[in-house]
Amino acid sequence: MSEYKHPLTDAEFALNEVVGFDALCAENGFDDINSELASVILTEAGKFGTGVLSPLNVIGDTQGVKLTEKGVEETAGFKDAYQQFAEGGWNSLIADEAYEGQGLPNVLGTAVNEIWQSANMAFALCPLLTQGAVEAIAHHGSDELKQTYLPKMISGEWTGTMNLTEPDAGTDLAAIKTKAVPNGDHYLITGQKIFITWGDHQMTDNTIHLVLARLPDAPAGVKGISLFVVPKFLLDENGNPGARNDAHCVSVEHKLGIHASPTCVMSYGDNEGAVGYLVGEAHKGLAYMFTMMNCARQAVGLQGVAIAERSYQQALEYAKDRLQGTKKDGSRFSIIKFPDVRRMLMQMKSGTEAMRALALVGGAAVDRAARATDEAVQRKEQARLELLTPIVKGWITELAQELTYLGTQVNGGMGFIEETGSAQHYRDARILTIYEGTTGIQALDLVGRKTLLNKGEALADLLAEIEETVVALEGEAAFAEQGKALREALNAGQEARTWLLENAEQDPAAAGAVSVHFMMLFGFLCGGWLMGKSALRAQALLDAGNGDPEYLKGKLVTAQFYSEHLLPRTKASLDTIRKGSASIMALSEDQF
Amino acid sequence: MKALVAVKRVIDYNVKVRVKSDNTDVDLANVKMALNPFCEIAVEEAVRLKEAGTVSEVVVVSIGPKACQEQIRTALALGADRGIQIETDEMPESLGVAKLLAKVVEEEKPELVILGKQSIDSDNNQTGQMLGALLDMPQGTFASEVKVEGDKVNVTREVDGGLQTVALNLPAIVTTDLRLNEPRYASLPNIMKAKKKPLDVKTPADLGVELKAHTRLLKVAPPAERQAGIRVSSVDELVDKLKNEAKVI
Repeated sequence: MSEYKHPLTDAEFALNEVVGFDALCAENGFDDINSELASVILTEAGKFGTGVLSPLNVIGDTQGVKLTEKGVEETAGFKDAYQQFAEGGWNSLIADEAYEGQGLPNVLGTAVNEIWQSANMAFALCPLLTQGAVEAIAHHGSDELKQTYLPKMISGEWTGTMNLTEPDAGTDLAAIKTKAVPNGDHYLITGQKIFITWGDHQMTDNTIHLVLARLPDAPAGVKGISLFVVPKFLLDENGNPGARNDAHCVSVEHKLGIHASPTCVMSYGDNEGAVGYLVGEAHKGLAYMFTMMNCARQAVGLQGVAIAERSYQQALEYAKDRLQGTKKDGSRFSIIKFPDVRRMLMQMKSGTEAMRALALVGGAAVDRAARATDEAVQRKEQARLELLTPIVKGWITELAQELTYLGTQVNGGMGFIEETGSAQHYRDARILTIYEGTTGIQALDLVGRKTLLNKGEALADLLAEIEETVVALEGEAAFAEQGKALREALNAGQEARTWLLENAEQDPAAAGAVSVHFMMLFGFLCGGWLMGKSALRAQALLDAGNGDPEYLKGKLVTAQFYSEHLLPRTKASLDTIRKGSASIMALSEDQF
Repeated sequence: MKALVAVKRVIDYNVKVRVKSDNTDVDLANVKMALNPFCEIAVEEAVRLKEAGTVSEVVVVSIGPKACQEQIRTALALGADRGIQIETDEMPESLGVAKLLAKVVEEEKPELVILGKQSIDSDNNQTGQMLGALLDMPQGTFASEVKVEGDKVNVTREVDGGLQTVALNLPAIVTTDLRLNEPRYASLPNIMKAKKKPLDVKTPADLGVELKAHTRLLKVAPPAERQAGIRVSSVDELVDKLKNEAKVI
């Protein structure tokens, strides 16, 4: 069984050379934070991920969770690991210093989160959801709610959950039926929520649920939904968990992957009614959820990087060990010598590195948008962040399917056997294109809100920045081929943008019909952009005699492979986009 | 009670060591470096003694170029209170290290000096013993258990025949073996605090020590590559080969 090892060198390269971490910190008021500190943090986090979280990954997959009279019992060993995680202060990395957080840049949090997600995705979902709940309270809660809940959620003493989905309200949250009725200084919540990640467990003394519900006077639709804090245990006068609230997990789902992450059916108010406290103003719950969407969706994109990396490490180890060729002298050699095995490994390596770079660029966009002081700059950074988010989530998680598929393929028959570990990564990856908005939703977001709504302005701005890298590549003889390939992909992106702007109005089905191809085109283009940037930086470091030459030369080849094998897909996407909706929409429903 | 812990920057134990092509030394260019594992155990023991209330301050000292401040910071992130770097670009030999540490001990006057029993790069296993001789201090080497009781420290040593416990008068020197403890993971708040903990830089000249080379490195060669094994068809053949080819039985 392969154990996880954090790819520190590549993470640092992406953070320092592609994102420009030191400049980002200096420009955005992160005093005393620099790449040296980031290196220490990543190194220590890597040790924790390898030593504590990774060994529980397979155990979690095989043992899963149980619903008993006590509630959900997590996999044996998870509680101890969680305590260590919380005591290590890892939950507090990007949280506000006012509530005992460390106040570090989001992009560094992104780089560290990759470690937790690679080491043990099912485990890492718990702190990920807590982080979402913390943000909801921090941005929209009253001071009292913040003082009461944030310090213990940031320290990791309590965990948090997000309760949106109901049996009849998935993507369409306007259909939410859960009720909230005023009752003195609080509300009583009744209703059922499904797909609640880490909805219950025994790892901590309390779990803080954030629940979307409707007030009695709420207008119909999306403008009538409010957000509530519903703790598992109500707090006594000293702020400690006391009486059990009427919020229970009544069932856990049986799933294809992430077995150790309890996916709960939560029932509120089966008995006396679940006590809840309103977050912010009434009827604004959905708007509040939207403010957190960029971070939450990017976090899932990052899970795609993490699971692809883990699958790659497993496949690489197998490819180096598996003797399956015989030389003339009778000695045997491993399958990594076969060109097609190398093709698969290179696809995994180059895809993962491109995805990592994009996830960090997206993470840095969060910092820039949040910290910009000039209004015009802030608007621009916010537009960039919002544009990148569906690409980070949609493209990365889709490509992660292909890469974990290849990981299993490299293993041959052994990949289909659970004990080798590859199959778990393949299964775990499958949720990523579904939760936090499916691929279809991400693609609609990209063509609609992020492109058509601003008449393609945000996209034009991104394309202009990509062109700078194209010009830089074209200017170096050694990168002429890569420059040409990226130029062609850039042209495809420009043409796709123009096509969308010209056709969306006259054909109402056009945007939806081409949306996923559109999103994948821009994903592969962004990957090519950042791999091109990486190649230029790697060459500059080599020329200056800095850095590890073996790693940097490897980066040059990896960028070349990306440009030859993955970037051309942009052209195929464009061909399909140009065909519009005709063959998609032509059949009557009966003809299917 | 003050504890002084010596730590060394060495090649990370996860890294596959490469020899320079001209066989002059191990190739350390662009290689990941880390805290010597035995030194990490020494830091952990001192921090545990501090947490138990036995020790009031843990001072870490390292000798090397500026880069070794990274390892001092790692020790500070594990819970040590302050650091001292003795800056030198030389790779001092064990005796030179012991002489420098002796001067630091004279200045700092710790009751307990904890060192790793050896570093994983040079594997000399000498510094603690030499320091004991230079300072005329009692030493408990290869410790698997350390208990401070009054003005004595009981050190359980891993010796060939089993375990031996010695009682040393304080101040004393302890060198750590692998089983003394399992070092903790550095916590994020402690990593952040470590940035702000004091770190003094001194030179050998400040301490009045002149580093001299008493040995010369002639050649470094990688171990011979392992030959492929063969499969024998019977026990008899195996015994025959062990007797006549390998000549081991």
